[in-house]
Amino acid sequence: MENFEPSIIAFVCNWCTYTAADLAGTSRLYYPKNIRLIRVMCTGMVDPQYIIKAFLEGADGVLVSGCHPGDCHYINGNYKARRRIKLLKEILPQFGFESERLRLTWIGASDGIQFAEIMQELVSQIKALGPNAAKLKMVI
Amino acid sequence: MVNSLKLETKDTDLLGALQNFFKSLLGIDEIQAILVPQILPMKNMVMPVLISDPERLDGVDPLSPAFPMNGAKIVSKLTRKPIGGKVAVVLRPCEIRAFIELVKLKQGHMDEIIIIGIDCLGAYKNTDYFQYVGEDPKESTQRFYESVLSGNGASLENVELAPACKACEHPVPEHADILIGLFGLDIHKHILIQTQTEKGKKITDNLELPKMGEPPERKTAIENLIAERIDYRDKMFAETSAATDTLEKLTAYLANCINCYNCRVACPVCYCRECVFVTDVFNHEPSQYLRWSARKGAIKMPTDTVFYHLTRLAHMSTACVGCGQCSNACPNGIHVMELFRTVADRTQKGFNYEAGRSLEEFPPMSEFREDEFDEVVGIS
Repeated sequence: MENFEPSIIAFVCNWCTYTAADLAGTSRLYYPKNIRLIRVMCTGMVDPQYIIKAFLEGADGVLVSGCHPGDCHYINGNYKARRRIKLLKEILPQFGFESERLRLTWIGASDGIQFAEIMQELVSQIKALGPNAAKLKMVI
Repeated sequence: MVNSLKLETKDTDLLGALQNFFKSLLGIDEIQAILVPQILPMKNMVMPVLISDPERLDGVDPLSPAFPMNGAKIVSKLTRKPIGGKVAVVLRPCEIRAFIELVKLKQGHMDEIIIIGIDCLGAYKNTDYFQYVGEDPKESTQRFYESVLSGNGASLENVELAPACKACEHPVPEHADILIGLFGLDIHKHILIQTQTEKGKKITDNLELPKMGEPPERKTAIENLIAERIDYRDKMFAETSAATDTLEKLTAYLANCINCYNCRVACPVCYCRECVFVTDVFNHEPSQYLRWSARKGAIKMPTDTVFYHLTRLAHMSTACVGCGQCSNACPNGIHVMELFRTVADRTQKGFNYEAGRSLEEFPPMSEFREDEFDEVVGIS
């Protein structure tokens, strides 16, 4: 457990959180390598299916991160994402997935520092939870 | 709007009275046809039949304990575009509620149909119905409704109601234009015809049926039935939750799944023309299976079964009306309905939504506000 390095899949929107990650990079800020970023045009396109797939494939955590309310490039994509996260948080814990493994944050394009901080915090939280039980299960 | 009328059953049996009632509807207010379950002339099976000729109404059997499919799908087929005439559709309460969901999902419309809902006596599973029904399906139906409505229960010849029906807390139709009431009435004398909408009233005004009050026994009978159902339902929720509360247990629960997708085909509210699970996305490269097996040590084939059910729970549990057709369609006896209802109870409550409750409430995944569900945002 000491050496547990979680894998965390992060669906980040092109316009805000991905840009913030870029800013963190160009500012030479550190964030843990446990985060695997998947750039999407908007968090509103993240089907619950993608998140379920990530967990069944063994991701220890999934983050969806987009623009602050009111800032969505597509007006309301982040609100759609929020409802879908709410939906999954009703479903997944029923089958033993800890609710804390699934996170939603708003990180704006200029929030490079916050991006790095939130990633560090998220990784330490998921480390504390331990590995996702699905990792070694014989089901996909 | 609510108008209670009396339909005499003295001179005939219940099915005969219903048949005459349907006959009298054809032609009123331009009703051209009636969609109603009927004993098929070619086989002892009850299926929805679209009837235009009044003479062909012999053998209508909406009280049979057969429930081969959820009729909401049929009504959606009839109303996805203007149909060019009016059709009366005779539906069970869960079929009406499923159709309400479909209308909200733009898969049908209410304009050209008149919904006739009948107090639902429940149904057997498909295989159980075949076991129950004798040479004379009409007689089998009569035995069934006599037993249920006289308070002797629905279990006949070691066949019990489908679990979905035992757990159903909506035995009385809501949102029907015309309701046909059976509970708490002396069905050998008369039954209740009640209009629930203006559309329904306009039609029954043509029928010259005598008025009657709703007898108090009816209310008591319905309340008792619902209490019994809720009892069963809550036990089912508790048992299903306990049987699936880890991924390990869920995997065992779904272990028999062979990806036939019958549950999805039978589901009235699963409305996608092309389900993602039958697209090339799931036509994996053969080498993918080897990689999975290498990574996990062993993988159960076929793959994507738990993934499929979890995704379907996410995609449509907020629209689940609990009709039980998924369990009915499963060739391997997986208790799909129990799982879906248990999860749907949580997801629908999470959005303060109830599938089929109202035409005005937006489905949870189609309405978004700026200021809501803040508790799911952030990492603290």
